[in-house]
Amino acid sequence: MLKPVRCLELLFFLAVLLSSCGSASAQDRIRMGTGLGQTKIRVALADFGPRYDSAKTHASLFTQVVRDDLQFSGILELASPSFYPTQVPTVPGELKAPAWIAAPTNATYVGFGNLTESTSEVTIQAWLFDVRNPSSPPVVGKVYRGGPTDLQVRKFAHEFADEIISKLTGGLPSVASTQIAFVRSTSPGVKEIWGMDYDGANQHQLTNLRSIAITPRWSPDASRIAFTCYEPYKGLVSAQICMYSLDTSKLIAFPRFPGTNITPAWSPDGTQIIFSSSMQGNPELYVCDVNCNRPKRLTQSSGANMSPSWNPKTGQTIAFVSDRGGTPQLYLVNVDGTGVTKIDMPDKGYVIDPAWSPNGQMLAFSWRRPNDNYDLYIMDPASQQLLELTRDQGRNERPSWAPDGRHLVFESTRSGERQIWTMLADGSQAHQLTTGGHNESPNWSTH
Amino acid sequence: MNLLLRSSYRSCLLIAIAAAVLGFGCAKKVTPPPPPKQEAPPPARPTVTLQANPTSINKGESSTLTWNSTDATQLSIDPGVGTVTAQGSTKVTPSDSTTYTITATGPGGSASATTAVSVNAPPPPPPPKEPSLRELWDRDVRDAYFDYDKADIREDARPALSSTADFLKAHPSVKATIEGHCDERGSTEYNLGLGDRRAAAVKQYLVSLGVSADRMNTVSFGKEKPFCVDHNESCWQQNRRGHFVMAN
Repeated sequence: MLKPVRCLELLFFLAVLLSSCGSASAQDRIRMGTGLGQTKIRVALADFGPRYDSAKTHASLFTQVVRDDLQFSGILELASPSFYPTQVPTVPGELKAPAWIAAPTNATYVGFGNLTESTSEVTIQAWLFDVRNPSSPPVVGKVYRGGPTDLQVRKFAHEFADEIISKLTGGLPSVASTQIAFVRSTSPGVKEIWGMDYDGANQHQLTNLRSIAITPRWSPDASRIAFTCYEPYKGLVSAQICMYSLDTSKLIAFPRFPGTNITPAWSPDGTQIIFSSSMQGNPELYVCDVNCNRPKRLTQSSGANMSPSWNPKTGQTIAFVSDRGGTPQLYLVNVDGTGVTKIDMPDKGYVIDPAWSPNGQMLAFSWRRPNDNYDLYIMDPASQQLLELTRDQGRNERPSWAPDGRHLVFESTRSGERQIWTMLADGSQAHQLTTGGHNESPNWSTH
Repeated sequence: MNLLLRSSYRSCLLIAIAAAVLGFGCAKKVTPPPPPKQEAPPPARPTVTLQANPTSINKGESSTLTWNSTDATQLSIDPGVGTVTAQGSTKVTPSDSTTYTITATGPGGSASATTAVSVNAPPPPPPPKEPSLRELWDRDVRDAYFDYDKADIREDARPALSSTADFLKAHPSVKATIEGHCDERGSTEYNLGLGDRRAAAVKQYLVSLGVSADRMNTVSFGKEKPFCVDHNESCWQQNRRGHFVMAN
């Protein structure tokens, strides 16, 4: 019998809100635990058995990647492999359920399987069983076949982890197969868009413009990346919106506009783009379809307006940054341009990089308090309750939500150079993904 | 008999050898005939050659003089070289066309040789040059600097922009790109917006001074192309600017 935990996500945000409902004076620094501890399901993942020695390397790679994925999810508890029974099943007939239920493993679910590998193909059989109901059919039973490469084995491991997380959480989206786009600079004056697996593996260059390419944003179907580019045109250089296709690995034509055109973002249905442009003088927000015929102006101000984030759930509200009041602050505006509202903060400073959570209820952003560094926060704009995620760890900017709504990817200088990190949305389990060069502006694909 | 014969043969041989030895000895002692009493020949007259290579140079270049002589005890090259050895070479750098003479003197008299090195006149010095457009640009076009988070034209930027405007008005064919730059403290995205406003403010100010708007285009680089990469105010000030680049 499955134990869906649909309520976990809600519990999490409830925990966020409750923990910040105290006296939120300007000086308060609020911290909270994960709020998920007691409800975590305990899973054991046995070492996958190689059928022949040739499959040994990929068997241990597969096992490790699945374990990392389960651990990372933050929603399951992975029983420590050093406590597992010595008899490891590789097919369902070999599973001795009581040994896995017993202490110290204390598992509720056990994943296991085997790998067969030839020079041209790897075959992975993978199962997840509810060991407390051993007579019931497997919760997950999968066969993966593909090229015997590390990349392919990783992909299968992510898919298996996705299955486990989805089944055990009653359908919460998993991030194991997601991608992160980011900006890498390996020489001064050159920034390119790169992609990588959510766990930092498989880092690969996407654009090759040899100029400045920044602020990548995945389309909701993850087939395109919109970004800010500096492609020269008739000898003149200006900031423009560029569009990269993951299907063709090429740029897709996107119209050029006068002035500075930056920070594109997608509507939740992927049919519209919003971006900042000074085509009519002041940097304002404009909305257009994906071909950007006849962009429509959304804001009207005396300051600069940029960094829009389109509420992915409601599709109705856009959060953005404006310095119309003197310094950059967060504002909300309806998609029809009405209802501009400033988000008040309990203190002065810069407020930048708004990012709506997948459920459309929370905004993650970066806030530099007076005489302090940039730190990441989450706010519920309805209640204005605030949660601090980072503190005294260098400069932390540009949060982007994972589709599971429980993780953030962001850039931080905490290890020296600017690098890409992930963490749980309560600030815990920070994990560095990039090391070489100067890396920034991550954006998590929506699936 | 036989013995005698042999003995006499032997004697004869000895005598012959002795005679031969004596004969040689005697020959040595023969006094040679005295040399004919003639006059000592007069000392040979010196000979000398002189060559220049090349024979034609530009002013400031040099030519190599090479000479050879016989029967000379003293050689000298004029002008400007002086006493030299019997053979040799030397470099000369005449400022004008010059004929070099080498004089060789010896017991037999003297001889001389000449060679000419012609010096091509330098091109007439160029008349005092008009500064190039680029030099004028570098001299007269001046950037505008901004306060933190601000896109307003500062008091100290006005004379700088007036100078720039004068240049642009004096050179109507010149087009300018105005780059907006920011320091590293703000976010990438905010700085792109701020840089855009700075570039626009500079352009607007130049328009107010009479420069045609269509000669100026703007681009914001935010903090992406800093002039200075240190983390202090003097560096940040360098990076908060509207920067002019010639666009044609």
